[in-house]
Amino acid sequence: MKAWIAFWNILLKDMRSYYLKPPNISWGLLFPLVWITMFFIRSGLGMESLPELLPGLVALSILFGTTSVLSVTVTFEKKGRSFERLLLAPISLEVLMLAKTSGAILFGIINAFVPIFVAMLLTDLSAVNWAILVPATILIAISSTFLGLFIAVSVKEVFEAQTFSNFFRFPMIFLCGLFFPIQQLPIWLRPLSYMLPLTYGADALHTSINQTSHIPLLLNFSLLTLFCAALFVLSLHNIRKKWIV
Amino acid sequence: MRKPTLIYTEKILQEMAKEQNSIIEVKGLAKSFDNTTAVNGISFSIQPGELFGFLGPNGAGKTTTINILTGLARPDKGNFHIAGIDCTKNVQSAQHLIGVVPDESNLYPELTGFDNLCFCGALYGLTKQERRNKARELLDTFGLSEAANRKFAGYSKGMKRKLTIAAGIIHNPKILFLDEPTTGLDVASARQVRQLIADLHQAGTTIFLTTHYIEEAERLCERIAFIVSGRIVKIDSVEHLLQPLQKKQVMQITCVKDTRFIRSKLPETFPEMSFIFSKNNIIRVEADKPIFAGAIVRFLEEQGIDVAEARRLKPSLEDVFVQITGIESDALKKEKEKQGIGGKS
Repeated sequence: MKAWIAFWNILLKDMRSYYLKPPNISWGLLFPLVWITMFFIRSGLGMESLPELLPGLVALSILFGTTSVLSVTVTFEKKGRSFERLLLAPISLEVLMLAKTSGAILFGIINAFVPIFVAMLLTDLSAVNWAILVPATILIAISSTFLGLFIAVSVKEVFEAQTFSNFFRFPMIFLCGLFFPIQQLPIWLRPLSYMLPLTYGADALHTSINQTSHIPLLLNFSLLTLFCAALFVLSLHNIRKKWIV
Repeated sequence: MRKPTLIYTEKILQEMAKEQNSIIEVKGLAKSFDNTTAVNGISFSIQPGELFGFLGPNGAGKTTTINILTGLARPDKGNFHIAGIDCTKNVQSAQHLIGVVPDESNLYPELTGFDNLCFCGALYGLTKQERRNKARELLDTFGLSEAANRKFAGYSKGMKRKLTIAAGIIHNPKILFLDEPTTGLDVASARQVRQLIADLHQAGTTIFLTTHYIEEAERLCERIAFIVSGRIVKIDSVEHLLQPLQKKQVMQITCVKDTRFIRSKLPETFPEMSFIFSKNNIIRVEADKPIFAGAIVRFLEEQGIDVAEARRLKPSLEDVFVQITGIESDALKKEKEKQGIGGKS
């Protein structure tokens, strides 16, 4: 019960202090929307082709929504020493980091449904398989958040967190099959694509929205789950090793 | 899940009080960073309800010791128990008993004073009503009620310090770690903070206080450990620390002229006394027998040096510290000056 009170209040504080703030909304929503609009106008296609771009837009909204704030705030709190307050609380590191990341996960999921809702108003989404889309969205949000956490605990300065997260995020836009299939990438780049969690998330989203994929769905979900677990365990290991010296 | 642990530790604390067991027991604790030894095999124990001082210059290992005891750092060697719980590898099982006030205020700048306290209470599992009541009570006690709804970022240094102490005690900890609580505070705020510490001690809280203000340690603590370069060089009650110096007679003579030219003449004339010449033409006279000021003052005046003041001094903890550690108190004073007024009031 006491751990739950701590968990809930850490989540609430982070939501109020960081996630529901204009910079985060602009990165998480505006940036993907501008990108997709640019693609849409450039392609010269009609509204009926919107579902083809939707998986990319959803994945991008989650990626930027989850990683933009988390990696910066954790580094900021560590630098300002307020993170020490959390480490001194009588809760396990696992519960603490789950509380710190839950805000980003929730925000990523909410972000994902904004473009879906807009698309529902503009085109027919009756063919969407929601039973695949919802878990895919959740798994992408968790894996992207834990990637943000991994970045946060790997750096010391806030500017390093921003640089390091962009180092991962921007290549992922092109490498993970968001807007064009991985098969169109040069053959030497493809192994890199398969090392990134978003590749599997985007493929699952393509399955749920357009029924097109090149990786078995079960493999997508399994690998995403594995990425989530690995990134979380690795981040905790880094915190124990670097922050509790 | 947590409740049985709490009952268990309450029982342990009651037993400890009966048997006068240590609430903190540290044995051979050591910690190095790269090639620097921060803490070098220190051992000590603290009794329940005791106000224990950890006195030493900057870089002596005070903060590292606190970090190890509170779970922010891991020791390389040694072990420690808090309330009978072996915390060497994991302090988490004792963290609900501990309150920590770090050397720098580390609350959330974007939250108000009231919200900061409520949030800190929530971290220790206080219910909404409990933490709201306690936050109001603490804000009132610390004279911060009017600033309760102002953001922490806008607080003055003294207000920040007070709120940080309030945040450290919101869950009624049995043991409170205070790391340099008055550093950088103005005289009035430092005095208020010291009174708060005394009140907490009076209420039965075990307090581990680190400071480099000797007067503060002397005034507040029951027992003191002197730590220099990661080693405890002396540990005893204030009374016992002062005892060897009780027989010593000390006098301070303030002259109006430069005293340099009589530096060799004075010891020659008064061989049973020792003389320390410091800045501002002040001469410190020490002897094992009573010092008669008249003879020295007459001698100085014969040498053409007028005396502005001659007064007897009571031996202080500062004298003990200098005698034991060999560190001139000036070195500590310089640190005070660097960090603000703090200390004396």
